Amino acid sequence: MRLNALRRRSPADLAFTIGLFVVCAAILFVTLYPIYFVMIASISDATMVATGQVWAFPRRISLFGYEQILGDSRIWTGYRNTILYTVVGTAVNLLVTLPAAYALSRREFRPRKILMFFFAFTMFFNGGLIPMYLLLRDLSLLDNWLVFVLPSAVNVYNLIIARAFFEHSLPEELHEAASIDGASYFQFFIKMALPLSMAIISVIGLYYLVQHWNDFFTGLVFVRTYDKQPLQIVLRDILISNQAFAGGAGGAGGSGGSYAQQYADQIKYGVIVVSTLPVIILYPFMQRYFEKGVMIGSVKG
Amino acid sequence: MTAASPTQARPRPGAGAQLARHARRYWQLWVMAAPAIAFVAVFAYVPMYGLQLAFREFDFTAGLTGGEWVGLKYFQQFFESPQFWTLIRNTVVISMTTLVVGFVAPIALALIVNQVVNRSRKKFLQTATYLPHFISIVVIVGMLQVFLSPSSGLITRVAEFFGASGGNLLGSSAFVQVYVISEVWQHCGWNSIIYLAALASVDTQLYEAARIDGAGRFTIIRHIDVPALVPTMIVLLILNMGNVLNTGFEKIFLMQNPLNLGVSEVIATYVYKIGILSNQFSYGTAIGLFNTLINFTFLVVTNQVAKRVSNTSLW
Repeated sequence: MRLNALRRRSPADLAFTIGLFVVCAAILFVTLYPIYFVMIASISDATMVATGQVWAFPRRISLFGYEQILGDSRIWTGYRNTILYTVVGTAVNLLVTLPAAYALSRREFRPRKILMFFFAFTMFFNGGLIPMYLLLRDLSLLDNWLVFVLPSAVNVYNLIIARAFFEHSLPEELHEAASIDGASYFQFFIKMALPLSMAIISVIGLYYLVQHWNDFFTGLVFVRTYDKQPLQIVLRDILISNQAFAGGAGGAGGSGGSYAQQYADQIKYGVIVVSTLPVIILYPFMQRYFEKGVMIGSVKG
Repeated sequence: MTAASPTQARPRPGAGAQLARHARRYWQLWVMAAPAIAFVAVFAYVPMYGLQLAFREFDFTAGLTGGEWVGLKYFQQFFESPQFWTLIRNTVVISMTTLVVGFVAPIALALIVNQVVNRSRKKFLQTATYLPHFISIVVIVGMLQVFLSPSSGLITRVAEFFGASGGNLLGSSAFVQVYVISEVWQHCGWNSIIYLAALASVDTQLYEAARIDGAGRFTIIRHIDVPALVPTMIVLLILNMGNVLNTGFEKIFLMQNPLNLGVSEVIATYVYKIGILSNQFSYGTAIGLFNTLINFTFLVVTNQVAKRVSNTSLW
């Protein structure tokens, strides 16, 4: 059956199919191999990685990097902070964004046009870094963990997606029926709109979650105390600034030479895996929601 | 609007009465929108109000709104600074390259992925290409550093294998290329979703008709798929143009090192160093405002052009 289908194809079509296969395979390889390589390198012997003998499978399994990471308190403090900021931050995001998106989705609510402009304008024009910094200073939010939660409470893009969902996916008849029964906007929102909108709640919830998890800027600019820094700042110090590790490895600044460099690299591979693993594990489950979000967002920019 | 008929009989109510009626009917919606309005007012509009600092002398006691008016002093200082042209050049080179390559790549990817007929293979390809989008910038730059390390990096070795002179790719000469390629690697798949959605909505009868007329697959791509993407392309192009001078601060900042500073210092990183690290608040604000104004102008102009040329626009 399949063979017949192949035979019936014209040579040009067959060439196209083969070409397509090669291109797709190349795309897959280029996308996934770096990630795969980090994973196998993190559990292989550092010297073998450094001399290029590890490329397809892990060789001479060594957990040196992970042992170092497990013994380093900075990463765990960073992890704890990031989880706190992500959970609280996402909760605040949803509490603020969803009701506003619902209100703005009601067609009979005349001020919604000007309110949408009020929100959307901030996507294209902003006060910039310094006024923001001074504002946060005046509000004593500098070096305060709430700086991870409050300034980013509303993401206008997510607000627009949620509004589009409420506007297009909640049947108008439902609202009419509810208002004949005397339901107020509050009641309708909580009893009807929210339960019917789990899809959009997951989408923007996950957007917010990833945004908090990967947030590096806030910690860099607005926070001084190291104990309050999120995971991304700790990662920066280990991965990029080459700061020394508790065990003495790392900090390959020069004296240690290539030997120290190898171990520093192995720790880095491990750190990348440890910090990215939650996202990669969750990813297959979240993926369809993310995609849905882009689709909804594109219905009405 | 259900209660419209009895009010029509009465004489037109005054503004106060109208307001009262609006409040009675919609106060709950206002309550729901209020927190979001408040947050955006405080954290987006107050900083905009603070932009006047660019025209004032910073005064520690006055805070956000600044002290004495100094007019365009700080803008002049920026235009005359020896850094000015370097910053403009670096910013434009990095952002324009990213804009062009980052605009074309997702379109190409979407056209390719759309050719895959088998649904589960297509799904797998999509899932794989979206993945890098969710890796944090810090990790991406960390990976770049390990892969590009002159002594033992994976990419360095591959380059050497093919006869290129590896060297320190993060050093200076290849900074822009490394930045742009890694940017495409990370976001190309994700940015192709919207194009794939547009391709999925193409009427399949068009394909059948084309096939009956004997069109090959490339012809179909050129004459059916690409035209179907044009409206989406224009909207995204306008949006991207609004970011011409908005290079990704975080990634460039993380990729900077003393060797590449000559090509990697951009307006955003300079504002951070001038404003936050050396506390020249007014000067930093002025540079930031200059940047924002250029972006905003580009956005408006591109939108106008698109409106005139193709009837597609943001507003």
